[in-house]
Amino acid sequence: MVEHVEKHSPLGGFAARLAAATRASGGAVRLAELPFLTQVNVRLDAKGPAADAVRLALGIPLPVAPNTMVRGGGLAALWLGPDEWLVVGPPGTASGLEARLRGAVGGTHAAVTDVSAQRTALLVAGPRSRDLLAHGTSLDLHPRSFGPGRCAQTLLARAQVVLAARDERRPGFWLLVRSSFAGYLAEWLLDAAVEYAEPPS
Amino acid sequence: MLLIPCPWCGPRDEAEFGYGGQAHVPYPQDPAALSDREWARYLFFRDNPKGPHAERWCHSAGCRRWFNAVRNTATNEVLAVYRVGEPRPVTG
Ligand SMILES: [Zn+2]
Repeated sequence: MVEHVEKHSPLGGFAARLAAATRASGGAVRLAELPFLTQVNVRLDAKGPAADAVRLALGIPLPVAPNTMVRGGGLAALWLGPDEWLVVGPPGTASGLEARLRGAVGGTHAAVTDVSAQRTALLVAGPRSRDLLAHGTSLDLHPRSFGPGRCAQTLLARAQVVLAARDERRPGFWLLVRSSFAGYLAEWLLDAAVEYAEPPS
Repeated sequence: MLLIPCPWCGPRDEAEFGYGGQAHVPYPQDPAALSDREWARYLFFRDNPKGPHAERWCHSAGCRRWFNAVRNTATNEVLAVYRVGEPRPVTG
């Protein structure tokens, strides 16, 4: 009989190396996994009644402007397509969030899917975080075109990712990556971060 | 490397897209009524212009939407992009 089931995040084994890269940069870049975030994929007609019902249930609207994110009440709603969003919440809230969304869309033509295990999240922050990510993406990350509230599905070092700019004053991003690509991407980030390590004194 | 403007996401690297061939090729109304020759023409025969060409692209590493683009096959210039269901815009 199984007495204790331990959860392992895709980048659990990288924690020490990500922390070491953060220390070595002297604060220029901050790398860390944000494990076990709740992620629910929502597909519905943005102009239909379900969109309004979801706004009332979550307290935030599903953004209709492409490549934008709305945050509030501990949740973030990311635009993935004209009829598709990713609702991200704190760890351990998947069943509650899924039930809330399911209740909101009711019998309308919609899909609500818990995809929490599909991707893990990385925090890429610090004053050089844009430069770090720019090594591997053609997306213009300048605050003018990718400031707070922006998000994008794109390629980073040839891996498919969801990138979101945090609202905070200091530059920083969330990087959602498929679990099977997470190790590869973490290795790539660690390698790219070598450039920002302070020379040994 | 092409910079392709997705009608939803804006300009993105060519590597994010998949190519879907010539646009506006309607599926036959009654496929069973076609002769082998007509069926083969529908399946395999496409325009091959030197110049503007309406073609389908999918933003597969981004919003995953199919859309249409008019691309100059000689210069690779993307003259217009438009969403599925919209008519082909007039391009110079
Ligand atoms: Zn797109």
